[in-house]
Amino acid sequence: MTHRALFLLPLALCLAGCQRETQVEKANREGIMLIGNSSEPKALDLHLVTGVIESKLIGAMFEGLVADDPEKDDGLPPGAAVSWEHNDTLTGWTFHLQPDGRWSDGAPVTAHDFVFSYHRMLHPDLAAPYVEMVYPLKNAEDYNKNRRGKILLTAGAVPNTSWDDMKDVGFGPDAKVDLAPLGESPKWPDLTDDAQRKLFVTAKGLDALPAEALEWILADPAGRYSWPVGTFMAKAKALLTTMAGKASDDLFELAGVGATAVDDYTLQLELREPVPYLPSLVRHYTWFPVPRHVVLKHGKISDRFTPWSLYPNIVGNGPFKLKTWLFHDVIEVDRNPHYWNAANVGLNGIRFLPIENPYTETRAFLSGQLHTTYQLPSDLIKEVRETTPEYLRQEPYVGTTFIRINTTRPVLSDTRVRQALALAIDRQQLCDYIMEGYTPATSLTPKMGSYEPDKVLSFDPEKARALLAEAGYPDGSGFPRFSLLISKPAARASAEAIQAMWKQNLNVLIDIQNKDWGSYISAQQSLDFDMASAGWIGDYLDPTTFLTMWTEGNGNNNTGWHSDRYEELLSGAALEADPAKRLESLRQAERLMMDEYPILPMSWYSRNYLLRPEVKGWHPLLLDNHPYSAIRLEP
Amino acid sequence: MFRTLISRFLQGLLVLFVLFTVTFFLIKALPYGPFQTEKAIPDHIREKIESYYGLNESIGTQYTRQLGNLLKGDPGVSLRLEGRPVIEIISQAFPNSLQLGIVAMAVAIVIGIPLGVLAAWKKNSSLDYASMAIAMIGICIPSFVIGPLLAENFGRRLEWLPVMGWSPLSPASWVLPAITLGLGTAAYLSRLTRAGMLETLSQDFVRTARAKGVGSMSILTRHCLRGGLIPAVAYIGPAFASIISGSVVIESIFVVPGLGLHFIKAIEVGDAPVILGIVMLYGTLIIIANFATDLLGLWLNPRLRSSN
Repeated sequence: MTHRALFLLPLALCLAGCQRETQVEKANREGIMLIGNSSEPKALDLHLVTGVIESKLIGAMFEGLVADDPEKDDGLPPGAAVSWEHNDTLTGWTFHLQPDGRWSDGAPVTAHDFVFSYHRMLHPDLAAPYVEMVYPLKNAEDYNKNRRGKILLTAGAVPNTSWDDMKDVGFGPDAKVDLAPLGESPKWPDLTDDAQRKLFVTAKGLDALPAEALEWILADPAGRYSWPVGTFMAKAKALLTTMAGKASDDLFELAGVGATAVDDYTLQLELREPVPYLPSLVRHYTWFPVPRHVVLKHGKISDRFTPWSLYPNIVGNGPFKLKTWLFHDVIEVDRNPHYWNAANVGLNGIRFLPIENPYTETRAFLSGQLHTTYQLPSDLIKEVRETTPEYLRQEPYVGTTFIRINTTRPVLSDTRVRQALALAIDRQQLCDYIMEGYTPATSLTPKMGSYEPDKVLSFDPEKARALLAEAGYPDGSGFPRFSLLISKPAARASAEAIQAMWKQNLNVLIDIQNKDWGSYISAQQSLDFDMASAGWIGDYLDPTTFLTMWTEGNGNNNTGWHSDRYEELLSGAALEADPAKRLESLRQAERLMMDEYPILPMSWYSRNYLLRPEVKGWHPLLLDNHPYSAIRLEP
Repeated sequence: MFRTLISRFLQGLLVLFVLFTVTFFLIKALPYGPFQTEKAIPDHIREKIESYYGLNESIGTQYTRQLGNLLKGDPGVSLRLEGRPVIEIISQAFPNSLQLGIVAMAVAIVIGIPLGVLAAWKKNSSLDYASMAIAMIGICIPSFVIGPLLAENFGRRLEWLPVMGWSPLSPASWVLPAITLGLGTAAYLSRLTRAGMLETLSQDFVRTARAKGVGSMSILTRHCLRGGLIPAVAYIGPAFASIISGSVVIESIFVVPGLGLHFIKAIEVGDAPVILGIVMLYGTLIIIANFATDLLGLWLNPRLRSSN
């Protein structure tokens, strides 16, 4: 290029860029919706993901048994199933599938696809991260955790013995046995002498052993494995023989997982406990089907990653199908002509744009490049409200922001201290000035359906000071200097406000500690923190989505707090078939936890975002799962 | 000459090896891993996933495996974008980064060098002060301020250019990110050019030329430019490499699907194969750029040739 041409370049570029028609106007003409979707999805294989952004994409390309209602949170319109019924105890559910249900390649969607999907999700070798969502299926947990001994014994596959005889045998790993002498990550074939082997089998437990190891024990069961007192060696031998013989078998059938295809269009689900909200639960993508014929074409059921979920292989049963997928650029879907309700789908396609930066996203929206944004930064709300209020949406969302307390720390282990900290926070102020659109929380779970928790939290600095004095820190004197852990820049403002409120109301000074995301997560999971600013978004509309995580050992608890009574109430609720009594138990459980303050809820979420007025069929929904099939563009 | 080339090549390999080793152990020293997520993954599942990707093996085994993979030319699969080959990620994103880098470099050269020459020629005039002030501003204001300012004004208010998005075939989408990215380099280039030109202009041969009655334009372009540009050229090579690798802020502001976003996201979760793949690519680029700069310097500056 000559020098002269180079100087003309900027002018040429500008002329090319002076577009008369905005991208939204063009998209309106073409019937394509432009959606800001925050980030690049981890994958489109619904068995491998856990996130919200993935759920939007999966929701466009797949459909669950029950669909989302565009207007009502409690609406349960038919999806892949036309109708469903349950037994008296709410533990047996039958779903009748759409006779016209088709995958986007034209193959029929059958009950076998659903059974296959749950089988794959639960397959121990696939290791689906969100697998606990389908644990309500009977025997699902045993199968997923690969409790091989229990499954074989329960199924009667071991001659002359039963689970009752053998349930005290060391099937699982023994954490007390130290494997260190065998070096890092030892493997069976590398072990040569008997002492090493014995250590290995004791530490791993029978369920995790390869056939060779089981056969090695079988040669001398009494000498090579420790059995509970009174075990008959004949029975032990029978057990070992069966386990070794089936060591590489898939035990799905024997486990009796509660999902069966009665015929091509009838799916029978059996649950381990009554789940009155099952129709609402199966709207979550973990319960969606994957196409058996396509998954198996690209690999085995247990293969963690195969190209089945990539373009152009991916096949779904939803209103749209994948058209383009470019990293950090765009994911585009267009109409699935085989969708059973295709005639009523209003859009010709959707472009999901992974715009990480919310300010860029807002700018793109305001200059006509998007129909809706994923989020509106709270410092822009005021400006938008003044200049373009017709775009602003602020809607309740099932989520809670809270401060997680490490109750294993001295001083913070005192309930009075935690209560004092809770009472000294003015949540109304936080919501008025910092978390715009959010509602001050009075408990953990936001109101959903007929569930409303007791109002526990309030702002009462007097009482807070009294409690702190009672705990031994009158006027905050001698109170240790704890730190509040944050990670996202957006959390800083509210952390500083809380810091100021505690200083003002309790004369207690804390530090704010900022860590990168990974370190922030790992500090909480290893209880290496004092207090941490956190949030939780519900997956489905039932209080259990907020309450089950506070049990002992749950990976999301991270407070060190647990209570036997709390867990009794939860399991009591789980077994309760009467919906009203069930919610009452849950309400009591929540009350019990809130009275001990392992967490200090701050506010209930609001979804703050922008939406263009020509988007019709998009209504406020608590779970924010807008069924794209119901959306129309009417400029 | 040939021996210099060989020795530079071997030095480059050594640097890449050290780079790989240091990066690998830094990643392994992170207090978190790719499967430690906000919504905790159950332990039995996480162990399974980690063993699937060989993360439960000893550090030594992982190191040799990763090094072996890299030597075979395949850094493996991403753990964040699960199962996607690093090669696929790089081959999709790198052309965008490279294109953005080339346009930004062109912007930097077109703005920076004429500005520097002009400032040196009219030394201590208001033109000099003005252009150096602009350069100072260009150096001081970070791209995360310039980018949104440009987008807000030329994108949203004047509606001349798109505020975000990238299309390899639509020059309109390149303009704002390339200007934002190139401006800082342009500023440095203009200052280096000015300094180099001033030094050359004060040489004896310039005075001789003037005495012989050569016109000032001719002195500038025929006698001084080649010598005066040496410092700027020495800077261009490394600057080009850093423009390509350092565009993450611009990529985020303008949603350019380049390598920078992959890099940052991979670091956030400790996605070793992607981090290592990109680091090695950047390392190679920087080594090549430095080498090319040296060659260019030799061509521009005969004095270096004799001393070598």
